[in-house]
Amino acid sequence: MSSQIIDQFAADLDGEVRTSVRSGSAAGTDKRHKVLFEDFPEADRMRELAGKVKQHTLDHLDKYLEQAEAALKANGAKVHFAWDAKAACDEVEAILRQSNAKTVTKSKSMVSEEVGLNDSLAERGFDVVETDLGEFILQLDGDHPSHVVKPIIHKNRSEIARTFEKHGLGEYNDEPETITRRARQFMRKKYLQAEATITGANFVSAESGRMCVVTNEGNSRFGLAGSRVHIALVGIEKIVPRDIDLSLLLNLLGRSATGQALTVYTEFIAGPKAEGAVSGPEEFHVVFVNNRRTEVLASNCREILRCIRCGACMNVCPVYRQASGHAYRSVYPGPLGAVLSPLLAGAEGFPELADLPKASSLCGACNEVCPVDIPIPDLLLKLRDRGKQEHNAQAAADTPPMGAWAWVAQSPALWRASLKSANMLNLLPYEKIPFGPLGRWTRDRTLPAWRGGKFRSWAKNRKKAAK
Amino acid sequence: MLDRPPFPRPPERVLFMATCLCDAFFDEAAKASVEVLEGLGIEVVIPQAQTCCGQPAFNGGDWKSSRAVVRHTLEVFAGDDPIIVPSGSCGAMMFHGAPLEFEKEKDLDLVKQTGARTWEIFDFLYRGLGIREWTGSWKGKIAVHSSCHTRGTGTPEAIRSLLGTIEGLELVDFAEPEQCCGFGGTFSVAFPNISRNMGTLKIGNVLETQPDLLVSGDMSCLMHLKGLAEKSGRSLPAKHAIELLRDTMNESSLSYVLANH
Ligand code: SF4
Repeated sequence: MSSQIIDQFAADLDGEVRTSVRSGSAAGTDKRHKVLFEDFPEADRMRELAGKVKQHTLDHLDKYLEQAEAALKANGAKVHFAWDAKAACDEVEAILRQSNAKTVTKSKSMVSEEVGLNDSLAERGFDVVETDLGEFILQLDGDHPSHVVKPIIHKNRSEIARTFEKHGLGEYNDEPETITRRARQFMRKKYLQAEATITGANFVSAESGRMCVVTNEGNSRFGLAGSRVHIALVGIEKIVPRDIDLSLLLNLLGRSATGQALTVYTEFIAGPKAEGAVSGPEEFHVVFVNNRRTEVLASNCREILRCIRCGACMNVCPVYRQASGHAYRSVYPGPLGAVLSPLLAGAEGFPELADLPKASSLCGACNEVCPVDIPIPDLLLKLRDRGKQEHNAQAAADTPPMGAWAWVAQSPALWRASLKSANMLNLLPYEKIPFGPLGRWTRDRTLPAWRGGKFRSWAKNRKKAAK
Repeated sequence: MLDRPPFPRPPERVLFMATCLCDAFFDEAAKASVEVLEGLGIEVVIPQAQTCCGQPAFNGGDWKSSRAVVRHTLEVFAGDDPIIVPSGSCGAMMFHGAPLEFEKEKDLDLVKQTGARTWEIFDFLYRGLGIREWTGSWKGKIAVHSSCHTRGTGTPEAIRSLLGTIEGLELVDFAEPEQCCGFGGTFSVAFPNISRNMGTLKIGNVLETQPDLLVSGDMSCLMHLKGLAEKSGRSLPAKHAIELLRDTMNESSLSYVLANH
């Protein structure tokens, strides 16, 4: 039975993985809802406001980018701009070489995954360690990132224990405490050894040049404490105009992502180590990454750049819950990924990922939970239209063609005639009806009896009777 | 959701959009809608030239085909009268979907005006006409499925409130009510496996409460759910919520409404 790639992926998915993804994301949604609305009865108005703040920033991105650059420089940061993925990796490599850094700790940064930084640095001879526990496990597994907030939602602890055993981190033991302790021991050495650390940034204030990084494990803080050099890889859409905007966005981010009022660690980084400070990097580099973001900004789907990567849309998405993150074949999964990934892939990459926008029943749950009110279903629809206009085969797969239908639907006489003649279908067993999509529908469902024309004749007859 | 004021007094005449699904399968839901509206003393005009709101092609990604169908619908439903439709999803197509696909078209204004006249039937009764009570009686447990296209509109509240005033009728709540049933138009054809799993979860949650009947403001969800249940050997009695209003309508249930206008 042919079907779309994601549907096939979901069908083949290991039962255990499916259960962990579904229960993990459902729990995330429940927690978010509880915490958000308990604390803020008017949470929906906050979402709208946050959406407006982010949209305003995007609408004036050139201005705020300039302001952020100036403020960061005034704080003693070095600011770099990377046009694409390769430039971002080159830029990071150049900084590392200049400062003679070999061992690098890294805390979660989706944009670094997007540009393939880990592989690129490994190829160029650097030792890079992911320091978020979940990320670390992925790295050991050589697994692809398919997450935004919970990197190993698709793994259970016995799998993790096997991974640790395989990589010489002790004998098989699946107690979470043991796993954590072993990872900690391993990482502690790396923290002490590392000359440089790489982080992402959740927000950068254009007003003060303050950068905000949130984690739950404190791993970014550890990385910063031990290293001489800090490199932050930041998508240009991460800027907000003022410091005060952070209060709104941070309140929404933690609650939407993990149901926490605030993540355990929320760091504000204004520049390199201040004089007299006990620890902290002497050099602070910010690499602003474009990687087709300006292209997205110029498209009719620009609202997706408001995204603050909270993952709420994935957790609530019934398709993601069935299919898991890997099904989306890119760094950003779920509804957010279904919009962002094909766009970031550019004109050459779009055809490859044009099926992603189809992977939605357009139920609207993602829009309802999004802390920055992104109309995700509308954007999915716009990308479907684009796929159609570009005659994309991947997007078209298994969607019944609509041309003939539209033609009939413009002619009332033809329409009524087909409604009536289709009554004959009632006499045929489904398998005999020569229309592919019907076959797929009736494999798992019965079809109600066709009653074409009945309503209209009822309406006509009673009018006559009334006369 | 369209933000529009209630009618100062009930309109004398409305245009009825039957929807292609009711035209093909669910004439009972369309009839019930007409009877309820007429019971309220409103003249119901059913344009014979109507076909479809254009949604299948819109969701399927063929906006060009969809726009052609929408243009036909604009013509058929021209005028000033409110357009009443027994489907949250076709309603949303008219006031949200069509304006989206007409963003760059010359007739965008007409699309928006037509959308602004279009009401999902329960939203029309509750918010438009201000009906807060339906005094008939019906014995049994009812589960209400809020279709995804009525998310954020007045419809779910309207259905629950109006059914809630029917004597003897008990509304039962099932788990994960916000989750999609998995229909999604062409989605259920292109993603048969995920669609089936979504629907199966929904059916499980609904049946757990052992309702006598499942109702909704969208026949499409019910068609999907009923079809899935039947194929797997379970029975899931389901109807359009408007049929309950029609079945319980009587002189006294209508007098309240008429007295209030
Ligand atoms: S699209 Fe919205 S809900 Fe989804 S990750 Fe981004 S901010 Fe969160």
